[in-house]
Amino acid sequence: MAHLFFGYFAGMIAITSVLVVALRNPVYSALSLLVMFFHVAGLYVTLHAEFLAAVQVIVYAGAILVLYLFVVMLLNVKRDDRYHSQWRIAAFICIPLSIEFLVLLSGDFGAAHREPASLPVEPLASDNTLAIGQTLFSTYLFPFEVASLILLVAMVGAIVLAKRDISENEAKNMNRVSGAQ
Amino acid sequence: MNFSVGDLFLILPELLVITAACVVLALDPVLHQSRKDGLVWLSLGTLAVCMGLTSSQIGVPTMIFSGLVVIDAYGAFWKLLLYFVTGLTILLSYSYLKEERLYFGEYYGFILLALCGMMVMVSAADLLTMYLGTELMSLSLYVMAGLKRTEPRSLEASAKYFVLGAFSSGILLYGISLLYGATGSTRLPQIAMAIASQGLSDPLLLFSTILLAVGFGFKLAVVPFHMWTPDVYQGAPTSVTAFMAVASKAASFGAFLRVFVEGLGGLKANWSATFLLLCIATLLIGNIVALVQTNVKRMLAYSSIAHAGYALIGVVAAGRIEHSSSIASVLLYLALYAFMTFGAFAIVAMLRKGGIEGEEIEDFTGLSKRHPMAALLMLIFMVSLAGLPPTAGFIGKLYIFRSAVEAGLTWLAALALIFAAISAYYYLRVVMVMYMREPTDHSETSPRLVMSPTLSIVLACAVAGVVVFGVYPNPLVNFTMQAVLTLK
Repeated sequence: MAHLFFGYFAGMIAITSVLVVALRNPVYSALSLLVMFFHVAGLYVTLHAEFLAAVQVIVYAGAILVLYLFVVMLLNVKRDDRYHSQWRIAAFICIPLSIEFLVLLSGDFGAAHREPASLPVEPLASDNTLAIGQTLFSTYLFPFEVASLILLVAMVGAIVLAKRDISENEAKNMNRVSGAQ
Repeated sequence: MNFSVGDLFLILPELLVITAACVVLALDPVLHQSRKDGLVWLSLGTLAVCMGLTSSQIGVPTMIFSGLVVIDAYGAFWKLLLYFVTGLTILLSYSYLKEERLYFGEYYGFILLALCGMMVMVSAADLLTMYLGTELMSLSLYVMAGLKRTEPRSLEASAKYFVLGAFSSGILLYGISLLYGATGSTRLPQIAMAIASQGLSDPLLLFSTILLAVGFGFKLAVVPFHMWTPDVYQGAPTSVTAFMAVASKAASFGAFLRVFVEGLGGLKANWSATFLLLCIATLLIGNIVALVQTNVKRMLAYSSIAHAGYALIGVVAAGRIEHSSSIASVLLYLALYAFMTFGAFAIVAMLRKGGIEGEEIEDFTGLSKRHPMAALLMLIFMVSLAGLPPTAGFIGKLYIFRSAVEAGLTWLAALALIFAAISAYYYLRVVMVMYMREPTDHSETSPRLVMSPTLSIVLACAVAGVVVFGVYPNPLVNFTMQAVLTLK
């Protein structure tokens, strides 16, 4: 049964990933990317990582993909006239990656030889969302709070860089100050 | 494993900095323009309090937050240096931002948040925590680099820094994840233990070490990962450039040394060879390319690349022999480098040519006639950067070269000495332009230096550091020795 599900999800992921790059209309590409994200989430569920699955759907499908679609629609890229053949670059990237993949699979180079048992991973019988939450707020509290600061910086930074007419408004304020004096 | 309230007391400096940053960010929109200076003094006051708190923490290393953070003399050394540099940056920015008409209260908030990121970096005993600190620092710097929003160069700097920074963070994170895969932990002591017990046979270890070196190489701006540096340093507001060139480099070195010495100390032989290559390339490219620059900010950018190369000599030496004195020489070098580079950038920031920054070397023509004091200070900074006695730059290079010789790398020390001689050419060219060349025009547009009380404080601190530590470096040397003892 598990194999069946894995086969389905893996197959759909492969097909939709190819569609993302093969389809000529960017909106269709984005939509097949969406389907792919859902299947990746499904794969996580079969691995009993339901938290990861939820994050996958919320973050990737929910946030990042919507961002893509916004860009696609705002820029109004419809047809393929701006695409040009890039097979040389593609080959340049693909060949080393495939070689790396084969080397990793074919033995001597560590990864395939490593016994899974050497890294202790206990399958959690219970809720892994609970477990992640508890670890995050006890052991990893400090980095978690640092991450929240990063979000603060990103938010304020985006506002500062994108806010309109700061200098003019501030200059007006300054004039008012000097006028009052 | 949980945390106790005592842990919170030990990170009180971090908490204070964050609180101050949030207060600055929150008060900025509501405060009246004329009262915004208060935010500057608030930031400076916080730094002073933190300085006191951190200097009381130089003692027995304490692991807190279940071993993710360590409070020790090594971290305290970097933190004190960072507070000092941040304080100088705030003072410099105070007059610089007015001159540039950049009225951003958020600016000080970002400086403090970047400082907090750096503090996390240098005191993290865990790779993920350190990574998050790096990100906090970098994100704040990306925004600060683009604050001159009306100027395309500044935005280009911000965008370029962001893209390359994100790229390097990705590589760093990949290295961390592979290291986690190979050793089963992200905590430095556990990683060191795993490496000691399972040996070096795992190629995954080597691969992750290289990725970490590349990731840190971007942050430290060593060749061949330096491409972003000149453009970003040139485009960013000069006060931010000074902050990036000094504080961000110091914090990156702090985290870098802790990771490689404490966590990957078992792989010494491997990373020492890698850094030897990076070090030679950095010295070569940094010094040679600096020769042909006509823009002072670009010249100083390449000079900062070259100085990272000198500091790397100490790291290479640390990989060869028992490391503590070599690492101490790196700490010393970066502390002394902070004074001279910051001073040089402070003068560049306040040299104005008809309302904009006079940042071409030509703009320094005849500065000795118009501003003899500023020209003298610039002379001291340039001489120190070139590494001539009796300045701090000489002491820094002396200790670095000594550690190289002790490690049996006499040829490397000789090579670095040749490059130091080459570097004297481009540093002293600025001096030559200031002193030997007559100003051609005396019109309104001729460059002038905008003096202000805060700038005087900055320059006084910088020049005091350069001269005092150039003559009497013992206190600093002892402090660095004490700091590296806690580094296992």
